[in-house]
Amino acid sequence: MKQQNLVREIFSGNAVIPIFAVLASFLFGGILIAFANEEVQQASGYFFSRPGDTISAVLNSVFGAYDALFRGSIFNYQASSAEGMIKPLTETLAYATPITLAGLGLAVSFRSGLFNIGAQGQIIFGAMFAAYVGLSFELPFLIHMPMAVLAGLLGGALWGGLVGLLKATTGANEVVVTIMFNYVALLLLTYLLKTPVFQAPNQVNPISSPVAESSRLPGILGDGFRLHFGLIIMLAMVVAVWWLMHRSSIGYQFRALGYNPSAARTAGINIPLTYILVMAVSGGLAGMAGASQVLGADRQLTVGISATFGFDAITVALLGRNNPFGVLAAGILFGGLRSGAVLMQANQGVPVDIVLVVQSTIVLFIAAPPLVRSLFRLPKPKAVQA
Amino acid sequence: MSTISRKAIKGIALAAASALVLAGCAAAPEEEESAEGTDSGTSEETETETETVDYKACMVSDEGGFDDASFNEEAFNGLQRAESELGIETAAVESNTGATLTEYSSAIDSLVGEGCDMVFGVGFALATAVRDAALANPDTDFALIDSGLSNDDFSPLSLENVKPIQYDTAEAAFLAGYLAAATTETGTLATYGGILFPTVTIFMDGFKQGVDYYNAENGTDVSVLGATDEDQANWSATGDFSDIAKGKNLSEQFIDQNADIILPVAGPVGQGTGQASLDSEGVLLIGVDSDWYNLEAHAEYKQNILTSIEKKMSDAVFNVIQSGLDGTFVGGDENQYVGNLANGGVRISPEHEVAYPDGIQTALEALTDQIISGELVVNSLYKN
Repeated sequence: MKQQNLVREIFSGNAVIPIFAVLASFLFGGILIAFANEEVQQASGYFFSRPGDTISAVLNSVFGAYDALFRGSIFNYQASSAEGMIKPLTETLAYATPITLAGLGLAVSFRSGLFNIGAQGQIIFGAMFAAYVGLSFELPFLIHMPMAVLAGLLGGALWGGLVGLLKATTGANEVVVTIMFNYVALLLLTYLLKTPVFQAPNQVNPISSPVAESSRLPGILGDGFRLHFGLIIMLAMVVAVWWLMHRSSIGYQFRALGYNPSAARTAGINIPLTYILVMAVSGGLAGMAGASQVLGADRQLTVGISATFGFDAITVALLGRNNPFGVLAAGILFGGLRSGAVLMQANQGVPVDIVLVVQSTIVLFIAAPPLVRSLFRLPKPKAVQA
Repeated sequence: MSTISRKAIKGIALAAASALVLAGCAAAPEEEESAEGTDSGTSEETETETETVDYKACMVSDEGGFDDASFNEEAFNGLQRAESELGIETAAVESNTGATLTEYSSAIDSLVGEGCDMVFGVGFALATAVRDAALANPDTDFALIDSGLSNDDFSPLSLENVKPIQYDTAEAAFLAGYLAAATTETGTLATYGGILFPTVTIFMDGFKQGVDYYNAENGTDVSVLGATDEDQANWSATGDFSDIAKGKNLSEQFIDQNADIILPVAGPVGQGTGQASLDSEGVLLIGVDSDWYNLEAHAEYKQNILTSIEKKMSDAVFNVIQSGLDGTFVGGDENQYVGNLANGGVRISPEHEVAYPDGIQTALEALTDQIISGELVVNSLYKN
């Protein structure tokens, strides 16, 4: 019971805690950047004879790093062309697309009381299904592209729904099963990329041919940008998930299951079926993230197709409070971190791991609302009456 | 309980504070500007590095990162050597575990945007990204380690501003296999990869050929676990190039099956084999990419390192940077560099703590000569 309260506290509440959690993580990241900086290390060696050096070195390193992060993810004011200036923002949105889609899927399952850790595997399944359709058929664009995206949705939904089925019929714990299914999916992908099913002919490396032109998600801004139609799909899904969870009767059943399974059962909701549905919807959204990667971003299937999007999505769902619009905001933040990290490293020599630390501390701070409250002297929320 | 922990925290805080105070006690260096100002009266900034050359070489790693004590680190060392010996500027981007194709592309793009004259892509995973960047930036030179270029339909592609750097590692692995077959007490060896990329299996395949050669020569029956199947796709692999625990696990399984010399071809994952070698008596391992005996990351079990199959990527990286600096850089497929025993691009490390069986050193030298002269052919994808 106590655990449930904690979970509820982590998942519910307004946007204050997440925003402060992000702030605190950036502060913490700044400290690490300063510590890791060579000039700071040198200057701190004689801190007491000339403290100014250390302080300016600290400020330089932190400001330089976050400036590069900004230029790499939002607006590059140093770029020579207008195209180059807005490119970082488009990169951020391109990365945000799969992360948000998978995050939406997880938000649906978390809201319904199912802790789906399997977005990684569901992305892979979506990617495999989408790639199969993209590689095997020659169809007109208006049929082929939607079909490939739907195949991705189907792949993820099957892989996720299977977990729901196992839980509904055998009571298998979805956390354990989804974690294991991630490995199964990855190993299956690795295997299939070595067989003629996916591996490109005359190719020794585990990599597929590019998917057919007609199945690709078209670029939005033209050749110089990586932004593709997946972004529109993602934005549509944000609205769709909001409608599903808050305006439809299925969503009502999902949420009822999340609040109290026993009460939901008493109210006449078919619990086993709802488990399957929740996991299928959740997996289907993650599968679309995989489809967006194969058809829009990478355009071919590789072992690394899912990157770490499935795990980032967990944090994104947490940070977005399982609210579709919150997930969108968190997804864009994570997309920005991913895209900005590169310039931060290329320009300032800050290790990419800093971004991972920032992401991880966000989780830590979100999981500990009292810590964030005391850190920023926020008032305690009123006790929620259940 | 709470008082104790509070005391403990106070103690730690005090220790930390005093350490900081002590650390901060050094004297400040002389202010260069003021000295300069009184001497010459000019306001020009002093050059901190006298030898700085206006040339920037950059590098993007693949999954393992530059601290993998193996593949990426070996290449990175070449970049660092170029920085210190040639006085050029450098920049490097390390790819996260789970980087996507687009991330490799944006890493290369931002390095080009930072004004790099030459960009290295380390690992075949970067092939597509290097190709796209090379097409978009014909004035920048590129070098791609472990892969050639290909079109979208995988027909080979040659670009004038891309130099492929590849290694016929099988030749050195052959020698290591021969050495291991001669050294083993149990008659059982083992090998595994991270992911069975061709650049990985080439080690395992060459190793196996060396063992087979020894068997045929001496009528022995030394076997290689992890590479027993005819089909290379069924050889052992841990699934990635980052999870050391998996390497340890798999190595322990091999040791349980009587293997006493293990060749891990999985970058940092091989450290798991090193750890496993400490837990069992008489287990040795063979390093890959650089001489593991000399690397800090492998110091704990260096007494168990039989030899290493070296890919001298740092030399190639250094030489290619130098050619770029001299203006003698030539790209294109016909000018690709393939490291082998003959040109010293690959080799096995010299004998360290583990003593070789009698006569093996001379046998290895003879084999090396035969391979270089072409009398003995080690099969690999570079020889058809």
